[in-house]
Amino acid sequence: MPKVKSLPRGVAMVGAGMSKFGAFAEKNSRDLFVESYKAMTKSVDKGFDPSRIDAMYIGNFSSDQFEHQAHLAPILADSVGLLPIPATRVEDACASGGVALRQGVMAIASGMADVVLVGGAEKMTALNTAAVTEALATAADVPFEIPAGFTFPGFYAAMASAYMAQYGMKSEHLMNVAIKNHDNAALNPNAQFGVTIQTWMEGRVAAALKKGKPAPTWSTIWDFLHDEGGNPTIAYPLRLFDCSPVSDGAAAVLLVAEEIAHEFTDHPIHIIGSAQSSGSALHDRPSLTSIPAAKTAAANAYEMAGVTAKDIRIAEVHDCFTIAEVIASEDLGFFAPGEGFKAAEDGMTARNGAKPINTSGGLKAKGHPVGASGVAQAVEVWKQMQGQAEARQVDGDVNLALTHNVGATGSTCTVHVFERRN
Amino acid sequence: MAEVITIRPFTAAAFNQYLAEHKLMTVKCTKCGGVYAPPRAICPKCHSEEMEWVEASGKGKLAGFTVIYSGPTFMVEQGFDKKNPYVSGIVELEEGTFISARITGLDISKPVEVKVGTPLMVDFVEFGEGEAKKTYLAFKA
Ligand SMILES: [Zn+2]
Repeated sequence: MPKVKSLPRGVAMVGAGMSKFGAFAEKNSRDLFVESYKAMTKSVDKGFDPSRIDAMYIGNFSSDQFEHQAHLAPILADSVGLLPIPATRVEDACASGGVALRQGVMAIASGMADVVLVGGAEKMTALNTAAVTEALATAADVPFEIPAGFTFPGFYAAMASAYMAQYGMKSEHLMNVAIKNHDNAALNPNAQFGVTIQTWMEGRVAAALKKGKPAPTWSTIWDFLHDEGGNPTIAYPLRLFDCSPVSDGAAAVLLVAEEIAHEFTDHPIHIIGSAQSSGSALHDRPSLTSIPAAKTAAANAYEMAGVTAKDIRIAEVHDCFTIAEVIASEDLGFFAPGEGFKAAEDGMTARNGAKPINTSGGLKAKGHPVGASGVAQAVEVWKQMQGQAEARQVDGDVNLALTHNVGATGSTCTVHVFERRN
Repeated sequence: MAEVITIRPFTAAAFNQYLAEHKLMTVKCTKCGGVYAPPRAICPKCHSEEMEWVEASGKGKLAGFTVIYSGPTFMVEQGFDKKNPYVSGIVELEEGTFISARITGLDISKPVEVKVGTPLMVDFVEFGEGEAKKTYLAFKA
């Protein structure tokens, strides 16, 4: 394993913003990126001259498939008036955004740049669900995994089946993750599904009554979540509310060298740990209940940052499926193997819990425009650390935060550690 | 006439050619003994390039599975849908390596009763006619 090297030069985040996530028939990835860029520039306390930006990295999984548009980076740079700076698109499936963030960190740490714009964008809803499923499936080990009939919900469902067998979890336990993330998203104005599951269920009943159809007889959200009519099985044991949605959206953050951060803000967020690790196809791992690349990336990020899992106040983790959040909470060292699902049940990962996870609503409810997700995680961390998360603000001093972004079933994982010093 | 034995490259195409012959082949490192499926041209354990094809016993057990109600287009074309779901799984081969495969012969009317660890035997599922015929790796409960 490569030795963990410390950053040769400090890197700080001085601005962060995102577009609303959702399904927007009239907006392409360029339009969404412009929205996120404008939100980012507004968040820079002291303002800044965009001509100071030296380089740009864009996380995007597959504009080729989703929009029939490749070579996205210079187009996005042009859309926000940044030509002729070097603009590079990076692709590591759903970890593209996290990898773009890490490229930005490395560009500054190396001394090759002082100010870097990191973005993520994905426009997915122009395709129908079947076509999106097939586009996402290209992130798998195609010749060896796809003939087996696997889909992405299927891969994570297989991980869930192994986890259930090993630790005695029931699929119902996963619903706690969905309920929590919808509770958080209901307080996030940028979330795609900014409603609690209770509100969602009531909406379904009201819609049925309005159409003159017999109203479903769900009396609690648990009735709703157990009912095939409310929460159909997609890939056993995962149901609709275990899955993140198909989304359009973009996010942007501004990174600068630590020594010039004061020119942008008096409250920079320092990126003190940045790690990325690669892993095999799902079937080439000794265990289906953990993601080795996540454990390696976490260990390396903690070592670089000089912190432990215990020190982290909040985390945005890659909950593309509910089981993924449970496994992430263990791989990151927050809970022991087999304890993650119990921690979710006990409320430990809720906003007011001991280890708040996905205060944004996560990929599950905030939305998952895949290439944007890793950058949008940094946006949530920014808001929480600045005390700007409004109704979903976590109590107390959020001085240390973490983001965890996974590509495919864990063939790529990035972990970043963020620190606020004043 | 004796069969001409040629060493096939360690590629997906060769692996699929073996599947069409109803053989599940692993690749073994002649230096460290590591066994791999799918094939690899370079041993990930010792970095040796001295690999050989070895037929798997075909015995395995279910390491993880899913019942898929909404599959990709090619599975829909093969007759699978919400009313006729199928099982995809990860199989631990007797040789200690794992592979993705279709799983047949399980009672999936109650998926909650399907047991991880169920013993399985290799099977080959064919679809299509003539030139378009394709063989898929499956394991039967
Ligand atoms: Zn070897």
